[in-house]
Amino acid sequence: MLATLGLDSIERLYAHLPQEVLLNRPLNIAPGKSEYEIIDWFRARGEENAVGYACFLGAGAYYHYRPVMCDVVVSRGEFLTSYTPYQAEMAQGTLTTIFEFQTMICQLTGMDVANASMYDGSSAIPEGAMMAMRVTGRHKVLVARTVHPEYREVLATYSKYQGVPVEEVAYDAASGKLDLDDLAAKLDTQTAAIIIQSPNFFGCLEDTAKIAALAHAKGALLVFSFTEAVSLGLLEPPRDADIVVGELQSFAHPPSYGGPYAGIIATKEKFMRQLPGRLVGETKDANGNRAFCLTLSTREQHIRREKATSNICTNQALIALMATVYLSVYGKEGLRELALQNLSKAHYLADGLPLRFSGAFFNEFVVKADSPEAVNDALLKEKIVGGLPLGKYYPELSGCLLLCATEMSKREHMDKVKGAIA
Amino acid sequence: MPGKTRNHISQNEALLFEMSSPGKKGYQLPDLDVPAVDPVAALGAANTRDEITDFPEVSEVEVIRHFTRLSTWNYGIDLGLFPLGSCTMKYNPRVNETVARTEGLAWAHPYQPESLSQGALKVVVELENALAEITGMDAVTLQPAAGAHGELTGVQLIRALLESRGNPRKKIIIPDSAHGTNPATAALAGYAVENIKSNGKGLVDVEALAKIVNEDTAALMVTNPNTIGVFEEDIVKVTSLMHSKGALVYMDGANMNALVGITRPGDFGIDVMHLNLHKTFSTPHGGGGPGAGAVAVKAHLEPFLPIPRVVRAGDLLKLDFNRPQSIGRVRAFLGNYGVLIRALAYIMAHGGPGLRNATLDALLNANYIRKALEPHYDMPYTSPSMHECVFSDDRQAAKGVKTTDIAKRLIDYGFHPYTVAFPLIVHGALMIEPTETESKPELDAFIEAMIAIAGEIDKDPQFVLKAPHHTRTPRVDETTAARKPILRWKPPTAVNKAAD
Ligand SMILES: Cc1ncc(COP(=O)(O)O)c(C=O)c1O
Repeated sequence: MLATLGLDSIERLYAHLPQEVLLNRPLNIAPGKSEYEIIDWFRARGEENAVGYACFLGAGAYYHYRPVMCDVVVSRGEFLTSYTPYQAEMAQGTLTTIFEFQTMICQLTGMDVANASMYDGSSAIPEGAMMAMRVTGRHKVLVARTVHPEYREVLATYSKYQGVPVEEVAYDAASGKLDLDDLAAKLDTQTAAIIIQSPNFFGCLEDTAKIAALAHAKGALLVFSFTEAVSLGLLEPPRDADIVVGELQSFAHPPSYGGPYAGIIATKEKFMRQLPGRLVGETKDANGNRAFCLTLSTREQHIRREKATSNICTNQALIALMATVYLSVYGKEGLRELALQNLSKAHYLADGLPLRFSGAFFNEFVVKADSPEAVNDALLKEKIVGGLPLGKYYPELSGCLLLCATEMSKREHMDKVKGAIA
Repeated sequence: MPGKTRNHISQNEALLFEMSSPGKKGYQLPDLDVPAVDPVAALGAANTRDEITDFPEVSEVEVIRHFTRLSTWNYGIDLGLFPLGSCTMKYNPRVNETVARTEGLAWAHPYQPESLSQGALKVVVELENALAEITGMDAVTLQPAAGAHGELTGVQLIRALLESRGNPRKKIIIPDSAHGTNPATAALAGYAVENIKSNGKGLVDVEALAKIVNEDTAALMVTNPNTIGVFEEDIVKVTSLMHSKGALVYMDGANMNALVGITRPGDFGIDVMHLNLHKTFSTPHGGGGPGAGAVAVKAHLEPFLPIPRVVRAGDLLKLDFNRPQSIGRVRAFLGNYGVLIRALAYIMAHGGPGLRNATLDALLNANYIRKALEPHYDMPYTSPSMHECVFSDDRQAAKGVKTTDIAKRLIDYGFHPYTVAFPLIVHGALMIEPTETESKPELDAFIEAMIAIAGEIDKDPQFVLKAPHHTRTPRVDETTAARKPILRWKPPTAVNKAAD
């Protein structure tokens, strides 16, 4: 090949670069390792982590069983090693699964349209907020303090540099739900949206319908978010919301130390053209058969550049595919049964414990403990990772732990947790 | 049949919703070991749903067949050359998939105690160190989820630094050859975008740049090698010019596969850049993600990096949240962690010398294609190519055949098309990036196909305009899709059903 190019050495290929920029030494990175050594190295790293522990952490990353089918499908090279499906004639597989994904997200959330995925639940929050600002032409955002603290931090970063004021709405100290009076006081004619999460960070269900009514009365939108997607199997979908964003990690992805997960954004048909990101639509091929393609791309950065609805390009397609497989394995009945198991386990765990809030909860809840750290230390000795101490995020809740139970939580471990707290 | 293609059985497949029938299931949950809770009693009737209307009900066998059949309608690197320019579609080593599923890493919870997360944190540190060495930068954050997310993080860092100096400034200069995410990002970070026309070589025009940089300029966003695959020969002049005006230089590192082991952005004056780990570092693109958009910075930007940072405290690694100048978070937790594992595995497998060899092979492959296709396709900018080469459809367009049509015909030959109609500075662009992955026979087959298509266009342009001819799905009507958007499946209405 070099001879074809008339070159006597491969280094000639970059001989035109300015001498001053060349790296005149080898990279200081150890020589290549064999497959066996690499697997062994990562296995050793894994063993330095909490292997073999039962875990009662939730808070945006959940332990759910992953049907074998999910990895089987996403390991197929035709899915794994393909690109964003720009060339529809060669990507009907990916396009069809995204269309199914968009449909299932609509069915789960009660919305009319959903996009192909966002990075994760946290970054979907500012995307939802910005969308609400485009729709309303307003420039102020309210966010419930019961929204995941890290999600609120992401919102703060995005909004800070756009000069968008973000104000937090308090929660009711007894119920653990958004304080409706505080919301009513803070909503005004400049409010683009109120952003809530349900089940919220404390695990409590919010009064979505009432919040929507308050927001709509002031011409603001309701942006509804969720971190625990399994709850959608049992809970009334947020039909009163205008925009729904959320995190799908629960649908087949292990916690994986925080990622990769997949976010969603869904909305009513009338706001469809303000959605960020990729959308797949149904159409026909030249033979008149049903086919799918990426569509409404005039919203996107590659066409609209600085006027695009978002800068998002690559999203989380394979994780969305994993979720699609997961949802088809569980199906209509399975997702409900799964959600019921989560509800039942969490209520078993909570039964008899000193709950901090009175609000109804799905699979997470807050308990009071004199020293959350002491409880967790005691549990660690039993190879149990306890709950999340809340003082770091809510100073007023320094004597509290956030606990989560899922279908994977075993009764014997739950009994130990109950013993350590009670 | 042309090129590598032959007829093959391709089965029809309904949507999950259409094959669904009540009562079918593909799951089995363990028996509950606790009392079942009545949802209405626990949550209230208003909070619970009866059923998920029209949600699929299918068997396990139907699930595997459904997705397997659909997969056969796709194309991936595992099937052959995937020469999408700017996307670096290289082989995705399978060992990376294995190590990403290591139990102690895949099942690590982001909030588990730091003492029980040392292995997970070590992966972060190792990867940050390797990427800093590769880029010649001082610090790296792994939090951004993709390239565009990295761009946003980088521009926010620039803004934070300038604010700390008293003035965030107003505009960002972006060459007209840039990827769409660059201007979209600048706008998202609250900056006005000023486009600058490329010079006759397709490069940043230093004199024109000197005229528009002023005290309102926050930064230049530059891609190097740029989107026509050419190294910015004046990059040192460009970065010095920007710095002399108190502005910074952001580098879009999407094309880093051309540079690893040869030259380092940190050594030619770049202040901040992103890397697409799903390009240069081989993590699979998965039909559109997940990726990871690591951001590397020089020391003056380090205090502003997103929280938390992984730091060493004695023998232990820990997360440091106490960083008063930080821009805050751009994403929950530590980023697309599983993607980071894969990228580190790639770096370990190659090692320093192997990474450099990969770069050289990528340059060789691109130049080999360029040499073979130059007699057949116009090349508007003829500066030496790095990892990709960009042609235009000018000659073929004279016959009415555009780059998209050539792309569709390429599918008939068994290849995924190149990048179409980007960058904007090349009218009707064909942007070809083979990567180091491809062998000479695969490159030769691709070249043969491209030359054959040029010949077909001379003889019978109509035939190419109707391509693809050999796919299960002939050309897809994208216009109607956008005009009458159908973005989800809906059950047939009673009227439609009766008509069936
Ligand atoms: C030059 C360039 N910049 C930025 C991006 C955006 O990266 P991502 O898709 O990971 O957000 C891409 C990828 O498409 C690119 O090619």
